[in-house]
Amino acid sequence: MSVIIVLIGASLLVAAGFLIAYLWAVKSGQYDDKYTPSVRILFEEEKKSEIGSKKSEIRNEKT
Amino acid sequence: MEQLETLERKTDIKLFCFHCGDECPDEIIHIEEKIFCCNGCKTVYEILNNSNLCNYYSIDQNPGITRKHHIKRNYDFLNDTDLKLKLIDFTDGKRTQLTFDIPQMHCSSCIWILENLYKLNAGIISSKVNFLQKKVFISFQDEKTSLKEVVELLDSIGYDPQLNLDNRKEEKIKSGYKNLYYKIGIAGFCFGNIMLLSFPEYLSIDVTGHDELKRIFAYLNIILSLPVFFYSANNYFISAWKGLKKKFINIDVPLALGIAALFLRSIIEIVFMNGAGYLDSLSGLVFFLLIGKLFQNKTYETLNFERNYKSYFPIAVTIQKGKNETTIPVEKLRIGDRLIIRNNELIPADSILIKGNANIDYGFVTGESMPISRVNGEMIYAGGKQIGSAIEVETIKEVSQSYLTQLWNNKAFRKDQEHEQESRIISFANTVSKYFTITILALAVIAALIWQNNSTLAFNAFTAVLIIACPCALALSTPFALGNTLRIFGKNKFYLKNTFIIEKLAAINSIVFDKTGTITENNSSSVEFIGEELNESEKVLVKSVVRNSAHPLSTAIFNTIDSKITKNITLYDEQPGKGIHAIINSNEIKLGSKIFVNEGLKQFYDDYSTKVFLSINGEAKGYFNITNKYRSGLSETISELEHNYELALLSGDNEGEKEKLRNYFGADNELHFRQSPHNKLDFILRLQESGKKVLMIGDGLNDAGALKQSDVGISISDNTNNFSPACDGILDSESFSLLKEFIKFSKSSMKIIFSSFILSLVYNIIGLGFAFQGTLSPLIAAILMPLSSISAVMFTTVLTNVFAKRRGLI
Repeated sequence: MSVIIVLIGASLLVAAGFLIAYLWAVKSGQYDDKYTPSVRILFEEEKKSEIGSKKSEIRNEKT
Repeated sequence: MEQLETLERKTDIKLFCFHCGDECPDEIIHIEEKIFCCNGCKTVYEILNNSNLCNYYSIDQNPGITRKHHIKRNYDFLNDTDLKLKLIDFTDGKRTQLTFDIPQMHCSSCIWILENLYKLNAGIISSKVNFLQKKVFISFQDEKTSLKEVVELLDSIGYDPQLNLDNRKEEKIKSGYKNLYYKIGIAGFCFGNIMLLSFPEYLSIDVTGHDELKRIFAYLNIILSLPVFFYSANNYFISAWKGLKKKFINIDVPLALGIAALFLRSIIEIVFMNGAGYLDSLSGLVFFLLIGKLFQNKTYETLNFERNYKSYFPIAVTIQKGKNETTIPVEKLRIGDRLIIRNNELIPADSILIKGNANIDYGFVTGESMPISRVNGEMIYAGGKQIGSAIEVETIKEVSQSYLTQLWNNKAFRKDQEHEQESRIISFANTVSKYFTITILALAVIAALIWQNNSTLAFNAFTAVLIIACPCALALSTPFALGNTLRIFGKNKFYLKNTFIIEKLAAINSIVFDKTGTITENNSSSVEFIGEELNESEKVLVKSVVRNSAHPLSTAIFNTIDSKITKNITLYDEQPGKGIHAIINSNEIKLGSKIFVNEGLKQFYDDYSTKVFLSINGEAKGYFNITNKYRSGLSETISELEHNYELALLSGDNEGEKEKLRNYFGADNELHFRQSPHNKLDFILRLQESGKKVLMIGDGLNDAGALKQSDVGISISDNTNNFSPACDGILDSESFSLLKEFIKFSKSSMKIIFSSFILSLVYNIIGLGFAFQGTLSPLIAAILMPLSSISAVMFTTVLTNVFAKRRGLI
């Protein structure tokens, strides 16, 4: 039966890990703004494509 | 020739500005094939184009903010050190961080451009947007740029920030939010684990032979319940203690009693009696209560319910010192200072006109937006806005002592803190809990007395009564019913400051309306031409003339005439307060007041309404009669409300529309005209003294006092992002016709809370049966407590939705 005590200890540790992750998320401000990041994530790709197109432009100029 | 034809054909299809999407009158302003409505829009495009930021235009269609009404501002005052320190969040001399409110923010493009500011100004290290709060956080290097330059940059691309000095307290509210999130997280974690460890108990699993396991589980439960009891639930104890200190029993008193009884009894059972305790019920209760709190705490982040005149007033003014002009913060303004007031600037203190053509729009003060002209030596009151060329004035009173701003010295504004306390006292849950607490304490003592010869049973019965009678259902149904009501209102564009307002709204019995801007529409007036009908070419002439004027009457006329315009203006002369004199295609047009236009006009009857006279080539044509347009649904709203409420109207205007308003308001309701902001406040006070609960509906600064004094003050706004005075709720003008439904619905919500309270009493009586026998087993508690809590939540949420549907609100 002592295996149950080990299991409970392990499960509590895992759960505590999630709790700490949650508390960290709140602390780091992830719950402050629930909208803007959803838009921002779409810009990132455009920036890359912009850089990409510039790179290809430079390449075109070189050739 | 061919070119001309294509040009003409093109004018038939509508042209839209590439930058802001407004309709363009012609395609004169353009870059390549991109057309702009004004030079301002074109300039912004050029700035962005030069920095390769044209992505702005591809994220959203026509994302720009129109620059047609843009007024160039002088930001020199931002070099003032005192002011600078008040506006920024943090600086170490090298790096400065600040937060700006940018109400213009409206789309993804806005986010994109505001987060790419560093491409426009190399000194900006980073900028981050919070879209819901319409804020941007900027950090910049002091070496390379300055506060002034950053503000000017934002202004140049159409996102001029709102600079005011009294929005620093918001930070505090936010950290309170985080605390609630922490508490819920911890309570949820402990609740789940305690439930898990209580499973053997729930399932009555036989653990004989493994007693040590049972004890380990029980002690683990105690450890897990400690953070719930001491951290997550601490607000209930604090609030109960605060209430008791003021000799007032609020809803948190019986809650705190219940929680404490649960905790103590569980500890005693586990430690001394080898029992299981009720720690699962305890942590579950706290968890649900906190969820209820979160649900109730819905706030509208972009709306500000606490503005005072400082938010309307400029933070800096231009003064004349000797021969130089300097800008100083408005707080440093002293009596006798010479002020320069430019077009569209606000006069911050009562002054006397020294130089220039004053044409003052007192829209903020009286609600009436027609400018009034003043001559040298005349008094100009604070809050007026100059329309036209710059004027010079000398202040005769300090900013806070001026006619309008004195309103804020009224005691209605000072008792803020007490006001909040008061609102807690009247809430239904608190009223009930007073009797409730006394009753359950009495019952608990009786239960203990019944078993007095058996001390264990007596203790059990005493604590069981406290546990069972803990008004968790009541404590839960209130936040869920009111929180849901708040959300349903929000969906219908009626935004309330907090849930207490719903209870107050349900209790009102008298409604006071403001006139201009509240029951009339702000930006549209009905224009009617009286006289012989104008032919097409005459219409073209009139429309072409008024197009050049920024006067509100001109705009109103421009919007009603549906014809083309010509640009062929040879002479244009606008005289403030009088009218416009123009020559188009050798036709002479005069538009304006009666005396200005022509003395030979037919007799007319002076009925206070606004008229604009017209003559073409010296021949009187008639006049445009401009009247306020009442909001749609006004007569239905009034006639519906009339049955149950005492109505009144307070207007800053003249009696011009008295007869018309009588038709709406009926014979017995009070109509008052020429009311100053102070009069309005006093009127509300008089109503309250005669025992009325008053709902005030207004807009603008002139109603600020009345809104504050009333039991519920609602401000109407065409654009909720605009300024609105301090109030309890903001109603979007689109939803004005729903007002009667809102009031009725708030009453339904209170009824729902009441019936769910009855429901919870039924549970309590069943539970008390067990408690009195001293046989409350952990299992029954574990079933009964969540059952009553969840059913209360379900009951209120479902019912509020049903009622809202019936009222057509969802």
